[in-house]
Amino acid sequence: MSDIYVNLHIQLGDFTLSVVFDAPSRGVTALFGASGCGKTTLLRCIAGLEKAHGTLRVNSATWQNDTIFVPTHQRPLGYVFQEASLFPHLSVRANLEYGYKRIAPAERKVPLEQVVEWLGLSRLIERGDPAKLSGGERQRVAIGRALLTSPRILLMDEPLSALDSNSKQEILPYLERLHRELNIPVLYVSHALDEVARLADHLVLLEKGLVIASGTLQETIARLDLPLAHFDDAGAVIEATVAQHDEAYHLTRLDFPGGQLWVGKVEQPFGSIVRARVLARDVSIATQAPQGTSINNILNARIEEIRDEGPHKVMVRMQVGDSHTLLSRITRRSRDQLGLHAGMYVCAQVKSVALMS
Amino acid sequence: MTTLDPSDLQAVWLTLKLASVSTFLLLLIATPLAWWLAHSKQWYKGMVAALVALPLVIPPTVLGFYLLLLMGPHGVVGDLTSALHLGRLPFTFAGLVVGSVLFSLPFAVQPIQNAFEAMGKRPLEVAATLRASAWDRFVSVALPLARPGFLTAIILAFAHTVGEFGVVLMLGGNIPGETRVLSVAIYNHVEAMEYSAAHWLAGGMVLFSFVVLLALYLAGGKSWKVAQ
Repeated sequence: MSDIYVNLHIQLGDFTLSVVFDAPSRGVTALFGASGCGKTTLLRCIAGLEKAHGTLRVNSATWQNDTIFVPTHQRPLGYVFQEASLFPHLSVRANLEYGYKRIAPAERKVPLEQVVEWLGLSRLIERGDPAKLSGGERQRVAIGRALLTSPRILLMDEPLSALDSNSKQEILPYLERLHRELNIPVLYVSHALDEVARLADHLVLLEKGLVIASGTLQETIARLDLPLAHFDDAGAVIEATVAQHDEAYHLTRLDFPGGQLWVGKVEQPFGSIVRARVLARDVSIATQAPQGTSINNILNARIEEIRDEGPHKVMVRMQVGDSHTLLSRITRRSRDQLGLHAGMYVCAQVKSVALMS
Repeated sequence: MTTLDPSDLQAVWLTLKLASVSTFLLLLIATPLAWWLAHSKQWYKGMVAALVALPLVIPPTVLGFYLLLLMGPHGVVGDLTSALHLGRLPFTFAGLVVGSVLFSLPFAVQPIQNAFEAMGKRPLEVAATLRASAWDRFVSVALPLARPGFLTAIILAFAHTVGEFGVVLMLGGNIPGETRVLSVAIYNHVEAMEYSAAHWLAGGMVLFSFVVLLALYLAGGKSWKVAQ
């Protein structure tokens, strides 16, 4: 039933990559880890650009096992490199059409106009020389070029990391849009927690060439036994439904099983799903419902686990409703003064919520 | 007013023919060789590279001498060409072509190899992820990106063959219409104290070389700008 099964091993110099994991056949799976952990090598092995040992199955097609090694150009994948790597000798349009022309007409499930629309390429496609595009524009063309091969899986190797922050902001909405509209799995290599929190549904955590965890984003990002929950910008991700607009105060209410959050007004219509990120440093804890507070969002929560983080901080993991998690970073003294412990019911006060789509 | 005789024009024609044929063959041989040198990880790659570069350092007369021995009546290559009823190569146009190709090989291989190395593996990997087979990648990506290297290789190989003297003299001698190329004809005129004829040929050669180089650089410069 696993849709993407990866069991690959490779030795490159004195670096060893040895990974086994499953990933779902829908949505974005982030391969997350510090630089040098082997995530790019892993992606290259999946593409067949490096020859690893082991087994690789994508949507029930075996791309590699002990006897089979499908060469890269016969794997129905799209690959977006860190640098756009457009062909300098071809026009923007010829770049886009390079892979499109090389697949059988019956296989062309993604039409050119669709990709142009998704990625906002209508102005760019008439420009001849790809060198005249900005970094963000080049990367959009590269993504379009990959999608036009109608891939069954999209591999993205830190597609934003070579861009400045303006280009990043320019391209992120397009990636979110792809996330919503594409129904193929995406493997997304990244070392930036905010990108992963925005885009991923599933997380595979790599460290020194090994998989240390694999699971849904919401669960994995808030696990206190993993490094992610101890990043400076650690936090929980909550998917919620747009439920009410307060026009007078320019606010929107988001509902999720377990509570509601008021945020600055969003443009999405009622009923649409948005993703909110609640950073651990923006959540404080009260043992009783606070009176006379300016904080809009107070959620009933149950403490699940508390872990020390250095000499004066602790990280608290709480459950809200049946399935949602919140993180809160407080001082060790507060924990002791309030007598916080696992199993206790508390009020989580959320000072700010970042909306991500 | 002219002091050139028909045999001089014959020498000019023969030189252009030799240079064109050699350059064409060089491209056919140098392209796969350069590709292999740029991508191979075999231990004997260094040895092959050194052998290819050898004509850069050995005197042309030495190369011509050994080719003469090899292709002659007692040489391995000579026996082979005889057995194939091709006759013997020394003192023929075909022999000159063989000598020129070997002599100019590094001038064709090295620019192409540099161009293949400079583009790196990335464009080829990108093409592979876009469904291009190995041959398709070579034709649609590697060749166009290596265009400046090919241009340099063509210029150098052609010019080098036009200017060749030592190998020709050792291997081809001085047979009008068969092996008497421009450089040998100039030498003959100078020997005979016919400086005027020598001037016409030598000056013409300088002018021709300049015009060819200029045209290629102008064309190359333009295409290069588009490519970037």
